[in-house]
Amino acid sequence: MATPIIKTDHISKVYRMDGTQTVALSDISFEIAKGEFVAIMGPSGSGKSTLMHILGALDRPTAGTYLLNNQNVEKLSDDQLADIRNREIGFIFQAYNLLPRTSSLANVMLPMTYGGIPAKGRADKAKKFLTMVGLGDRMDHTSNQLSGGQQQRVAIARALVMDPAILLADEPTGNIASDQAAEIMAIFQQLNEDEGHTIVMITHEPDIAQHAQRIIHVKDGKIVGDSRAHKQRKARKK
Amino acid sequence: MMDYLEMFSESLKTMAANKMRTGLAMLGIIIGIGSVIALVSLGQATSQSIQNQIESLGANLLTVEPGAARTGAVRGAAGGSTTLTNDDATAISNAISSGQINTVQTVSPEVSRRAQVTTGASNTNTQVIGVTPAYATVHKVDIASGSFITQRDVDGLARVAVVGPQVVSDLFGDGADPVGQTIKINGQTLIINGITVSKGGSGFSNQDDIVYVPLTTAQKELFGVSYLGSIALEAKSSDVMTDAQNQVGYFLLARHNISDPTQADFSILSQQDILNTASSATGTFTALLAGIAAISLLVGGIGIMNIMLVTVTERTREVGLRKALGAKKATVVAQFLIEAIILTVSGGIVGVGLGIVASYIIANLTSFPFIISLPAILLAFFVSAGIGIIFGWYPAKKASDLQPIEALRYE
Repeated sequence: MATPIIKTDHISKVYRMDGTQTVALSDISFEIAKGEFVAIMGPSGSGKSTLMHILGALDRPTAGTYLLNNQNVEKLSDDQLADIRNREIGFIFQAYNLLPRTSSLANVMLPMTYGGIPAKGRADKAKKFLTMVGLGDRMDHTSNQLSGGQQQRVAIARALVMDPAILLADEPTGNIASDQAAEIMAIFQQLNEDEGHTIVMITHEPDIAQHAQRIIHVKDGKIVGDSRAHKQRKARKK
Repeated sequence: MMDYLEMFSESLKTMAANKMRTGLAMLGIIIGIGSVIALVSLGQATSQSIQNQIESLGANLLTVEPGAARTGAVRGAAGGSTTLTNDDATAISNAISSGQINTVQTVSPEVSRRAQVTTGASNTNTQVIGVTPAYATVHKVDIASGSFITQRDVDGLARVAVVGPQVVSDLFGDGADPVGQTIKINGQTLIINGITVSKGGSGFSNQDDIVYVPLTTAQKELFGVSYLGSIALEAKSSDVMTDAQNQVGYFLLARHNISDPTQADFSILSQQDILNTASSATGTFTALLAGIAAISLLVGGIGIMNIMLVTVTERTREVGLRKALGAKKATVVAQFLIEAIILTVSGGIVGVGLGIVASYIIANLTSFPFIISLPAILLAFFVSAGIGIIFGWYPAKKASDLQPIEALRYE
């Protein structure tokens, strides 16, 4: 196995609310190598979203260590984490999380604003990625003028625009029709195979998970299975 | 860290994307500031206007009126008394010359009636006052055309009149100069010798709707009386008003052979008394308007606060999203702060402008003076801007302290 880009070591996450403790994750240890396409599966409430948020540096674990590209995330300041989220991770939310009443183009340009990309090149770069996800003709549409699938594709373009090494997607096809889901999975496979992006994706649909090379099963905050895909993926380049 | 120009442009984009929210917050600031400025201006203009009108009647003015005698059970109607005579006025003048009364400088005996004044073509019902030249000094009457009643007119029972601008426009039309023309009062023909300068205002008595005639002419030819309606006195300064009241009072008591001041057959009113009463009335009015202004400011402030706080969920999520996409804490907070500053400052400037324009319109519509209070502008501006900035900044600050995912999930 190549160098792990993601390495978790006995990670746990406990929520304390009104004196009661809820264990969302306990003792999670795994590695993901550079260039892998991993699906995380599990029933709702299993802690898979919590895990994803920790992997995306959107949240901090209660205990354990998380090495992202060999950097210990616990030891980084909030501002350093912001830089990591900006440059190294592209996060695709289940709820899209686009800025409301704002054009697709402006939404995709937003990470570049915070990433110190010179203002001149931003629009061109954003247009390139919007075209890639098939929204070349929807650049000036605001979020509420787009369908769920289109919003999800804007979110994908936004996640890709900083050219991050890792793409994290939380149920990217959860809210959209199956034909659009297939389009999005095609984009993911292309990114993984042609551009070498590491992709970690949460899904509860087995046929979506089949697009990944590896499936991690999570239940009750624990990893209960970790398997390579049996089915040989079509059009896979050796 | 982004540079400030970038944050500024990002703030403007957010404001443009949320026109409703931006508009409502600005409206709160504009209305809050504008109404405070307009109300305070109205209050100050009103009290200034009332003060001006009272002072235009004559400063340091004392008025001796006849007929406050409480002899027996019957008290004579005001104006119907006959206890003040030309001799009283002459005696006061002599006492001033001899130094016996040293606090009064001018004495103006007067008698007035309402009368029908006619020309060949038109007529009007107005105030006719018999006066001596001293009247112009005591009551600050200025002449626009011709001349005022002279001592020769008084000594010679001259059939002349000086008219106010309202009388001119009623009888001869606006802008006419009827000096040399004649008017008829109670069947007597009088030549117009002069027109007075407008004193403006309507108030409790219109100072422009008056015909002045020589005192003697009024008494003997027009009204057929020998007594005076009142004697107006100009004190030497506002400091000696009370002394003047006392000196003249005791002098007249002695002349009228009355030993008990409570039995006096005249009364002396001070202009200061009227001014004080009016000041306390306008003071109450100003306080009332200031109260309304304070409530407007409070309501405006609550409006600003509400619109900032009802969007706090959306704003918290926005902070979470921006952080998730790589914005640093200080950048997000600065961006929201810049937005709040742009909002309150631009809304504040519009509000100040609107308040000044409203005050100007009120001044024009009411003929009140145009007064703008700088402290009111500053107070209204800084209170509104302060509320807007604090409630724009604080939720952003709070949201930026959360982990991005907590802010994104905020409900």
